Amino acid sequence: MASKAVSDDPDRASGHPDAHASPPAPAAPAAPGAGGESGKYVSPGVTGAAKLLIVGPLGVGKTTLIGTVSEIEPLSTEAVMTRAGAGVDTVLTPGKTTTTVALDFGRITIDGALVLYLFGTPGQQRFLPAWRDLAKGALGALALVDTRDLAASFDALGNLEDLGLPFAVAVNTFPGSPRYAEDELRAALDLLPGTPLVECDARDMRSSVRALIALLGHLIDTAADPRPGPSWPAPPRAVNTTVNTAVTESS
Amino acid sequence: MTDRPEGRTPSAVRPYVITRGRSDTGREPLAWETLVMATDAAFPPSLQPEHHKILTHCQGLLSVAEVAAHLGQPPSVVQVLLSDLVDWGLIVIRPPIAPAEHTDVTMLRKVLHGLESRL
Repeated sequence: MASKAVSDDPDRASGHPDAHASPPAPAAPAAPGAGGESGKYVSPGVTGAAKLLIVGPLGVGKTTLIGTVSEIEPLSTEAVMTRAGAGVDTVLTPGKTTTTVALDFGRITIDGALVLYLFGTPGQQRFLPAWRDLAKGALGALALVDTRDLAASFDALGNLEDLGLPFAVAVNTFPGSPRYAEDELRAALDLLPGTPLVECDARDMRSSVRALIALLGHLIDTAADPRPGPSWPAPPRAVNTTVNTAVTESS
Repeated sequence: MTDRPEGRTPSAVRPYVITRGRSDTGREPLAWETLVMATDAAFPPSLQPEHHKILTHCQGLLSVAEVAAHLGQPPSVVQVLLSDLVDWGLIVIRPPIAPAEHTDVTMLRKVLHGLESRL
């Protein structure tokens, strides 16, 4: 492919940019046959694959997290999008009909029969068309958040809500990041009470896996109790406490 | 790369040529996580080089996304070429977990336990 894709994560090659002075992102632990043929293929007994999306803004650590948990060297592929599919700025830019975006992904073998793919998905609203295809068939999503720029995550969270894809939020902790109380973060990100909010260090395998475990726990809760709306106590925010009775909660 | 004023396919020139103009196989494209593998059938000598390359990469199970990454081609192109190969009996597929099973708690627990075993 001759064209240069828009690289979403500048930290792809070097771990986190600037914030993490040291150490560099550790290599995926014991990646079997990384670089060799032996680890290239999915184990032959696997009968099917599932996928999760890792979403968030530029530089939030999606590629780092995928590289940390993946059993293969993270791969990159280019999604080619038609602007016509976007339906938003087609009229404004009639000469430019396609654009590409780099998507990084990794793989985790779950057991002898199932393999899990993690697709890093750029958060910006303009990539929503790419999301629609990727989100189709995804079990859920892990939304990465950087507390130094919470607003950068709003598009990704909004896209997840628009697509109806269940998700958990993981704050990727950078040294020197501001720390907030959980209820402050929940309010700022406007999360439903049932949406898990965890901290993780995308460079750390166990920490990243625990974030994925929080997501799976949420998916199981959602599947076991598919009724919309929180099954947890009411949100700490005052949003719904003073509305008059004509406004009924729908979520 | 040339801007295509009335581009009807999502591909640039080269991918368009590779797929001989096809961006759509008339059916649902293979999902990125669909697993594919070459069959034992002998490669017909008339194969396009890109078809041939796919088959050499698919000596074991790989996802559509991995095939695309190894080939350096967009998945949209690889999806079309893989569909050809499926039609010709040169590639077999293992479809992803069906949407109906996404809320299958047993399956989700399996994924959970698989992740926990990595801790």
